[in-house]
Amino acid sequence: MSEVGKTPTPAGRAGTKKELPEHFKAYKHVWVFIEQERGQVHPVSWELMGAGRKLADKLKVDLAAVVIGPNAEVTTQTAAESFRYGADLAYVVADDILSDYRNESYTKALTDVVNTYKPEILLLGATTLGRDLAGSVATTLLTGLTADCTELDVDTDGSLAATRPTFGGSLLCTIYTLNYRPQMATVRPRVMSMPEPVERPVGRIVFHPLGLVEDDIVTKVLSFMPDRDSAKSNLAYADVVVAGGLGLGSPENFQLVRQLAAVLGADYGCSRPLVQKGWAPADRQIGQTGKTIRPKLYIAAGISGAIQHRVGVEGADMIVAINTDKNAPIFDFAHVGIVTDAIRLLPALTEAFRARLSPHSRDRMAS
Amino acid sequence: MHIIVCIKQVPDSAQIRVHPVTNTIMRQGVPTIINPYDLFALEAALALRDKLGGEVTVLTMGPPSAEDSLRKALTFGADRAVLLTDRFFAGADTLATTYALATAIRKINDVYGAADIVFTGKQTIDGDTAQVGPGIAKRLGLLQLTYVSKVGSLDLTARTIDVERRSEGGVQVLRTRLPCLVTMLEASNEIRRGTMADALRAARAEVVKWSAQDAGVEDISKCGLRGSPTIVKRVFAPPARAERASMVEFGQEPPADALIKAIFARQPKLEADLAELARGY
Repeated sequence: MSEVGKTPTPAGRAGTKKELPEHFKAYKHVWVFIEQERGQVHPVSWELMGAGRKLADKLKVDLAAVVIGPNAEVTTQTAAESFRYGADLAYVVADDILSDYRNESYTKALTDVVNTYKPEILLLGATTLGRDLAGSVATTLLTGLTADCTELDVDTDGSLAATRPTFGGSLLCTIYTLNYRPQMATVRPRVMSMPEPVERPVGRIVFHPLGLVEDDIVTKVLSFMPDRDSAKSNLAYADVVVAGGLGLGSPENFQLVRQLAAVLGADYGCSRPLVQKGWAPADRQIGQTGKTIRPKLYIAAGISGAIQHRVGVEGADMIVAINTDKNAPIFDFAHVGIVTDAIRLLPALTEAFRARLSPHSRDRMAS
Repeated sequence: MHIIVCIKQVPDSAQIRVHPVTNTIMRQGVPTIINPYDLFALEAALALRDKLGGEVTVLTMGPPSAEDSLRKALTFGADRAVLLTDRFFAGADTLATTYALATAIRKINDVYGAADIVFTGKQTIDGDTAQVGPGIAKRLGLLQLTYVSKVGSLDLTARTIDVERRSEGGVQVLRTRLPCLVTMLEASNEIRRGTMADALRAARAEVVKWSAQDAGVEDISKCGLRGSPTIVKRVFAPPARAERASMVEFGQEPPADALIKAIFARQPKLEADLAELARGY
């Protein structure tokens, strides 16, 4: 990042006039890369279709889904399903070489389709697959890529305004890709809301050849070890989430969060400092660099509410904050707050919820 | 073998403060650290060198003060450190950053021997983009292995490497050819304590410092702010919500009961939802 000095700063260039080079003016329409791995469409792709639809409507252009996968029914089915989530058309690259995600083959496929059909905006999910692919495609195309956006909009002149947290999540910034196309952005799962699918006829599907044979690809998939269900945390998609922060005081007290979560049938998480201190594993982290959640109920215990945490939980229907500091920033965006010590309140809350939600739970516990 | 590890010096984000009036970041006095994710990359590189022989070169781009991070990396046991520093690099986005780093890696290959593997962390804690690793790989034509949780067997004769790579629903076991670029996942290893000998060596070692010209940058317009396709138009603090949280006053009542009452009063439907969830559990 630039430091203020005699050299020009981003602020100085923010007033730069947009003069899109002639050859980029043909770039039109909004595209969403549909992430499909081993027959499963990642929900983030449909969330992006919802966001992409709004951008396309503002720009009065088409929304296209890009589906890359094996030459099998699952790929064309996914393309067909994209119309239910708002696509006007779909581009499909189907080849058995594409059965497993590999950087080389997917980069080739997506780059070729972009170069052939020229979108102005290309959105991908900020997943392990999407980030691996987006970085390679953007570098190949020498265009801009804005990672982990929390808000996407179209400016009055038609530019993509991509907003994301910056400086470790202490501020937000809006980023433009001025003179290059496509304008690329990634968005993390659950940041955008899931659109309701609508029954619509399947529209136009454009098939594009991959133009590779297996021998062209150096990297081989030796095996795939699916996660055991028990090991999988479904935190991002949980209906109720309880999380703890530094206010818990000690690693042992993190179990108070887990106990309340168990009684509520909830998933549990934590703020970033707990992962950095080793009190909780990284896959439990909620916030900009962890999971984004959109539960019906979120209970934050002893979490101060830094911006990087806030952007990960703002989509929750109800945020309940427990903190000893009445000036903690979490009370600025929580719906219900209580100023008290989480370490004392959590066990009482666990018991009170247990009694209220399931009067027979004590009998079950005893048996 | 020769391994290059790209590291970044970042502000210790736990201590970043934002100026309450101007909303700008207050950098004065914020301590800097090696990006924590890069330590997993460094340890993976050192472990391979210890097993198979060779050298580890650490590379960073940054202000002259980034030398501190390189010296720290030497105390962990890296053999050589290169600092890419030039005001032309200032204000670079990820595309311009990868141009500079890829150019410097080519120069390192020429001067110190061709790298078999380039390691990076999966992302930094200040930029959080995870784009620089893939960008370097693409520019140098290296095969790319991201989110690697385990480096498996490495065959220097056949020039192949096996790794375990985190994907969304599981772990991919991949085999690819050297040279390649690997981005390491967190918790994949633990950085060693450097030896006393390394600490002494690091204190005396000379950090190689390259300007854009030294590194062989041919087109300065591809560097820094000028070489960046993205621009930051606006930096701002998120707007406050219209209303603050409604605070639960509990007085004589047990606070837990008061809180639950407040939650259900605000959203009555939630009680039925929770009861169902709790039963299902």
